Amino acid sequence: MKISVASGKGGTGKTLVATSLAASRAVSTGKRVTIADCDVEEPNSYLFFPDRSLLSEQQCLVSVPVFDEARCSHCGKCADFCAYQAIAVLPQTVLLFPELCHGCAGCNIICPEKAVSESTRSIGEIFRAASGSATGRVQIVWGELAVGEARATPLIKAVKDKAAGNDWAKGEAESDSLEGKETIVDCPPGTSCTMVESVRDTDFCLLVTEPTPFGLYDLDIALKVLEKMKIPSGVLVNKSGIGDRKVYGYLEKRDIPMLMEIPLDRKIAEIYSRGEIFALKMPEWQERFARLMERIEEMAA
Amino acid sequence: MKQMAVVSGKGGTGKTTIVASLAALACGRAVFADCDVDAPDLHLLLSPKVAAKKPFYGIKKAFIDADRCTQCGSCQEACRFSAIDDYQVDLDRCEGCGVCKLVCPVEAVQLRESLGGHAFISDSRFGPMVHAQLYPGEEASGKLVAMVREMAREVAAARNLDLVLIDGSPGIGCPVIASLTGVDLALVVTEPTITGEHDLKRILDVTGHFGIDTTVCINKYDLHLAGSRRIEFLCREREVLVAGRLPFHSSVIEAMVQGQTVVEIGGPVAAAITVMYNVLSEKL
Repeated sequence: MKISVASGKGGTGKTLVATSLAASRAVSTGKRVTIADCDVEEPNSYLFFPDRSLLSEQQCLVSVPVFDEARCSHCGKCADFCAYQAIAVLPQTVLLFPELCHGCAGCNIICPEKAVSESTRSIGEIFRAASGSATGRVQIVWGELAVGEARATPLIKAVKDKAAGNDWAKGEAESDSLEGKETIVDCPPGTSCTMVESVRDTDFCLLVTEPTPFGLYDLDIALKVLEKMKIPSGVLVNKSGIGDRKVYGYLEKRDIPMLMEIPLDRKIAEIYSRGEIFALKMPEWQERFARLMERIEEMAA
Repeated sequence: MKQMAVVSGKGGTGKTTIVASLAALACGRAVFADCDVDAPDLHLLLSPKVAAKKPFYGIKKAFIDADRCTQCGSCQEACRFSAIDDYQVDLDRCEGCGVCKLVCPVEAVQLRESLGGHAFISDSRFGPMVHAQLYPGEEASGKLVAMVREMAREVAAARNLDLVLIDGSPGIGCPVIASLTGVDLALVVTEPTITGEHDLKRILDVTGHFGIDTTVCINKYDLHLAGSRRIEFLCREREVLVAGRLPFHSSVIEAMVQGQTVVEIGGPVAAAITVMYNVLSEKL
């Protein structure tokens, strides 16, 4: 069971919700839950598990071409073919702009001199950690895009693959880690390719919004993406009490389930700003998040 | 002509609220460019009237002609994006590289332009505005950002305006890099939370990487004074100017609900933004 937590607008509370959902579920059921933080440009989920222990750390490698200057006739076919303008062929040399390369290997196929081979380069790192007992049995998998890199989607894919893997922790039986696997995917903001990659193949998407004109406008776009991808969804209104009532009318009119409201509460904001999971500090909220998780399970089934 | 981009690593720190107020203060001398093309909100505050609309063609997509296809499977094998299944292209996964067309022995594959959204030139109550809307779930947002910025520079040149004010998107990836390339000044909006601080470091690394003169605005600084002090310290350490400190105040949401900018309705945040505007103007 994979649940994505997304939003069109940034800063509506995706990470607050994803971490609360995972920790509440883990603490109240004793089950293990994985958070896959796919906001690889600005990963934050792991910050809420200060008692975590790092289990693994690896580079995210993508394919890049290497040009053999001795064989190259500088005909320019590879540069003409490249849809991403990642190659420039000069009279004496070939230049690659690696940040633009999508790794399609077309240059390799088209080269008449067989002067192109493939190598890899790192665009960021993938981390896996296990939380301590205070936050339940939560596994956190996250990616960190290297500074200056433009393409986040290969790293997002790698984070999701890692989260789906069975290497929970050394010493645990593989069959054990396959039982009741639950993953919460913390998505990047927006509604473009990075969000699409993150919500893809999830069983349900929980959209977090705030009751403001910005929140509603971006929620509408995000819902259109999910509709296109045929992913069932529901909405959580965070910071309720601010703004206006338009989002409620919008949801009612379209028959979209409103699954939870979190009020704008100074206490919640303070706990969050210190990097703590508010649902674990306020037992009534832990209960609510555990119930929310059950409701989502029913809706996704 | 000067270009200033307002960005933030973390989303929801207040970029658009601040850009709208800076737009009101720069009334008559600037063009406003909303480069958050997949979640654009600036138009909700500036209520622009669209004067011109341009189609945006993002990446090309592959199409397989079933009548010609011999189901040899070469394309499926060559595609690095797992975008071909059962001799059909999954358009969501296709990145338009053209390898399938290249390897097809019977010319059954075509690459077609696909409409990815629109860009607009509009008139707002504070001056011309260029904005866009990427279709839900589309790729190539960086390319659309580049198009919006190009159009904004053209408008500024044609109307003799000396400033392009850019509203960026959250993150540090492709659309953000496209918003920052070649600007004269970046303003990073952050907030005193553990996530805001973490994301600030990352975006400062990015502006540093591209050698962009950068300033910081601490929004809602009074919500967590210890956190704000840490941010001030970080900025001092990195020799980045803190150009503004905005208090938390209900006037921000009130203005948003009314479709107004904060400086139009007044209050403590409006006063702090005005001070920041003067600091930024001097920097430029």
